Amino acid sequence: MDNRPREIVVISGKGGTGKTSISASLAYLSQDCIVADCDVDAADLYLLLKPISIERQDFYSGHIAEINQEKCAGCGICKDLCRFDAIKANNNAKFSVEPSSCEGCKVCVEFCPEKAIDFPERLCGEWMKSETRVGFMVHAKLGIAAENSGKLVALIRSEAKKLAQEKDKKLIIIDGPPGIGCPVIASITGATDVLVVTEPTLSGIHDLERVLSLANHFRIKPYICINKFDLNLDMSEKIESVAKELGAKVIGKIRYDKLVTKAQIEAKTIVESNIPSAQDIIDMWERLKVN
Amino acid sequence: MTLAVASGKGGTGKTTIATNLAMVAAEKYGQVTLLDCDVEEPNSHIFIKGTKIKEEIVNIKIPEVDESICTECGACSNFCQYNAIMSLKGKPVVFKEMCHSCGGCTLVCQPKAIHEVDHRIGLINFYSLGKINLIDGLLDVGSPLSPPLIGAVKKLEGKDTLNIIDAPPGTSCPVIEAIKDADYIILVTEPTPFGLNDLVLAVEVSRKLNKKFAVAINRVGSGDDRVHRYCKDENIPIILEIPDDRRIAELYSNGKTILDNLPEYRKSFEEVLTKIGVVIQNGQ
Ligand code: SF4
Ligand code: SF4
Ligand code: SF4
Ligand code: SF4
Repeated sequence: MDNRPREIVVISGKGGTGKTSISASLAYLSQDCIVADCDVDAADLYLLLKPISIERQDFYSGHIAEINQEKCAGCGICKDLCRFDAIKANNNAKFSVEPSSCEGCKVCVEFCPEKAIDFPERLCGEWMKSETRVGFMVHAKLGIAAENSGKLVALIRSEAKKLAQEKDKKLIIIDGPPGIGCPVIASITGATDVLVVTEPTLSGIHDLERVLSLANHFRIKPYICINKFDLNLDMSEKIESVAKELGAKVIGKIRYDKLVTKAQIEAKTIVESNIPSAQDIIDMWERLKVN
Repeated sequence: MTLAVASGKGGTGKTTIATNLAMVAAEKYGQVTLLDCDVEEPNSHIFIKGTKIKEEIVNIKIPEVDESICTECGACSNFCQYNAIMSLKGKPVVFKEMCHSCGGCTLVCQPKAIHEVDHRIGLINFYSLGKINLIDGLLDVGSPLSPPLIGAVKKLEGKDTLNIIDAPPGTSCPVIEAIKDADYIILVTEPTPFGLNDLVLAVEVSRKLNKKFAVAINRVGSGDDRVHRYCKDENIPIILEIPDDRRIAELYSNGKTILDNLPEYRKSFEEVLTKIGVVIQNGQ
């Protein structure tokens, strides 16, 4: 029997559609889940859930080149070979690596005739296990200008799964990243359920189409939530027909509610603050729960 | 001169500001190049409804192994830092989606069994609307690597025109690629806890890259004054404030610009350009 926990990943093609507020609300409603923040670029979930961390670990990913100035003979071979334009000439006739451009490919390290280039592991941030009022949480802080958020996303998901097994939880709720690139791919591959939060705007539809074709690419059938659906009813209708065409199901519609910001300022989830849109999220949760 | 519009999180109004600024700048200074580097979700073209001139396919170089020369020595797969070429029962197999196109495997292969071939990662679309050239990158669905495509879009900056970059959201590799060569950055945010949290990260990035920057606050009045206080404490200029106006949200939802429809906001966009022009000239 398959007893791996159900994993609901909340994503949105477009940023700023309310993904984090909705994920937090679902976690609150479930009452018994592990919650994880995989939007590591804009990790905002902690602002609502106020986690108290019980464990922290450094996150290393890949390597970075560093030129030892004493050994460098200034031949410039490394600069010629680096395809990421990460090596610059210094004014002392030697060369150095620009860390934010280095992709850690190792080419310069391998071909420096003086063996002058070190290749240490790269510290990219840290990740935490925490306790919150809605349950355990796994989250991270990606270093500024760090790479590989896809790897960090994969790590957070696997730690959340381990924690679910340990604590005997049947559900993981994940606040996923926006877009369709590497972090999103890392967050939805192998997930049991994907919920796409969109908004009734032309940009929203455009991005939704892209995210749905990404889901198709990975053979995932996502659910759709239209946030602020009453901001533009024509667009909301269009979303429903786009969803139908692409084999996705609209599972919730949330009204435009200015008080969501107030809830955010009070560090509460939408469903904890008694505001109009809370009911729409509760209705959606009832449907999601049994699906 | 290149101006980048960025934000720590998505949905703050980056595209709204970039497109409206491009329109004002075109009226004031003539030719403007708007580069949409938000290649995962490029949306500027929804607002700048130009005529499509052409499109170009963007490829990266990936390895291809000539099996008749390969000695199955494994040097390529040992070298690759991204597991993009792996020895399966001795034979090297390339995983296209993982390849960063570093060229390393080709260089380490002694018998010269590897040559490089094109692998498509996306498209660049060229549009024209009056004095605005809009160039947008569109990442292929399923292709994980946006920085090379962003790099390709940036190469198309106009030499003598003002360039405006609509950057991707966040603070990691794609953003760095988009803004690292800009002369000035506008960081767009909202007056909310999320907005402030993500702004602080975006400010750290801009400082780390040694950039001149200012903040634009969107939906002023929807939250509280925490972003204003932060900017004051940190001595960061606020270059633009857009009030929380449902009409703006509705225009946006229909793909319409502020400039064409709400003339009362025109002045604030004009001022942004004047202020930035002064800063750049004085080299502050
Ligand atoms: S290849 Fe080595 S010796 Fe030559 S410039 Fe680079 S670091 Fe210096
Ligand atoms: S490791 Fe690769 S990307 Fe980094 S500096 Fe060396 S050649 Fe360039
Ligand atoms: S080009 Fe670089 S990343 Fe691509 S397979 Fe070769 S070594 Fe790996
Ligand atoms: S390095 Fe060259 S010869 Fe060796 S396994 Fe790779 S392709 Fe074959």
